Amino acid sequence: MIQLHQVSKVYPERGEALRQVSLQIDRGEMAFLTGPSGAGKSTLLKIIALIERHTRGQVVVDGKNLERIGRRALPYYRRHIGFIFQDHRLLTERTVFDNVALPLVVAGVGRGEIERRVRAALDKVGLLAMERRHPRALSSGEQQRVGIARAVVHRPALLLADEPTGNLDPELSLEIMRLFEQFNRVGVTVLIASHDLMLIRSMPHRIIRLRDGRVEDSGRREAS
Amino acid sequence: MNRSRRDRRARWTAWVTAHLQAAVSSLGQLVRAPLSTLITSAVIGITLCLPAALYFALEDLSRALSGLDREQSVSLYLRREVTLEQARALAGHLQTQPGVGSVSLIDADTALEQFRRQSGYDQALALLEENPLPHVLVVTPLQRLDPSGIEALQKRLAGLPEVELAQYDLLWIQRLDAILAVARRATTLVSALLAIAVLVIVGNTIRVAIDQRRDEIVIGKLFGATDAFMRRPFLYAGAGYGLFAGVIACILLGLGELLLQGPVTRVSGLYQSGFRLGWIDPGNLLSLLLSGLLLGLIGAWFTVVRRLREIEPQ
Repeated sequence: MIQLHQVSKVYPERGEALRQVSLQIDRGEMAFLTGPSGAGKSTLLKIIALIERHTRGQVVVDGKNLERIGRRALPYYRRHIGFIFQDHRLLTERTVFDNVALPLVVAGVGRGEIERRVRAALDKVGLLAMERRHPRALSSGEQQRVGIARAVVHRPALLLADEPTGNLDPELSLEIMRLFEQFNRVGVTVLIASHDLMLIRSMPHRIIRLRDGRVEDSGRREAS
Repeated sequence: MNRSRRDRRARWTAWVTAHLQAAVSSLGQLVRAPLSTLITSAVIGITLCLPAALYFALEDLSRALSGLDREQSVSLYLRREVTLEQARALAGHLQTQPGVGSVSLIDADTALEQFRRQSGYDQALALLEENPLPHVLVVTPLQRLDPSGIEALQKRLAGLPEVELAQYDLLWIQRLDAILAVARRATTLVSALLAIAVLVIVGNTIRVAIDQRRDEIVIGKLFGATDAFMRRPFLYAGAGYGLFAGVIACILLGLGELLLQGPVTRVSGLYQSGFRLGWIDPGNLLSLLLSGLLLGLIGAWFTVVRRLREIEPQ
């Protein structure tokens, strides 16, 4: 699903954030990305979501070489990705329903279809009763679940999450991770950046460790 | 075949729906902030109605002038000693000259009678011992001449021994035309400047609107919104401001006509002209609404294209 080959990212102000990173994440895999802050976790996710462009090397996602995706094709590429942020990034003026519907509205999906799919997504994260509420009226854990519903409502092939449990207590964090596992079980490739080692070690998934922009441990135990 | 047609129809429906949604939502936003919408539209409306009033008034004036008798003619005021017989003979002679279409004679007595009737100086005129007016021949060229041609004709006729003064009657209209041309050019200039002002006002208003919805734009882009999708509501908002402004400008023009029609009619009455302000005219109002709409759209377009490109997810 994701192949990185000798990928480097240089920021003009901060210097090298990624140094010759090579990684492969298979279709349907669930993997954690960990390492101290500044190790390049967020940068890696941003490069995969094409929020940032890598400086050197090659990135192929779902068979597409990211260098070949220009400005015009970018929106259509992003429609295959669901993105989850630590700070939720919900639109506070809109209802929960409208927040979750956004990826569908943006893609020009019809009204009836939107209603069906938003309700299904909210149901999956256990917030169906909250659809008329505004995000500010929800707890932090609930807000994150709205963010997850929004990230899966358009049935992306790839879910990227940047510290999705950063602000949550352990119990809620585990709940959120279980949600990701559910989506993974139906075939969605999931890549989660997290520094919560306790939590991610308790789960039976691959852990990729970054340090100073390099892959310290690719989490693969295959003989190579 | 059937399938592709159905796909096309579905895509078309989705496109129309997206446009309708964008239009409704951006108009809704304008309506939800009525005061600021009204103020912005009023500023644009005033800016629009000024050049429109000038332009439409000039149009009317030109039309009124072109309605005047535009027949080119040269009036020949004959010398006092030229008798009526001689005047008739001269008229007959001129009639045979090349380039001359018709010659009519206004004899001194008829002219005095006319003057008496029109001026009302009956008693003063009665004191005159003899008619002070000369016989006049009005020469109309065979075909319409350009200014230099008519001037040549006038010079030639002025050279005749019987002629005291040869006057080209349309000179004043020519002068007025020249003044109108200046006024029209000035109006065009003012309109261009004010159109730029409208573009700037709309652009700035839309820029503020974009900045207020920055989060929405960032999230939209992250989840695959195309530039066109993001542009749409702001373009509709720009067009909406322009249209409201057009309506306001129409109302202002209507008020202006109401207030000015009386005095203008009085002035034109003194010049024995039927000239009236014709601002309230379906064509004028329609073109005002359309220019408002277009300027709003263009002003929004410039800002939106530039601004949306700057706002990217971080």
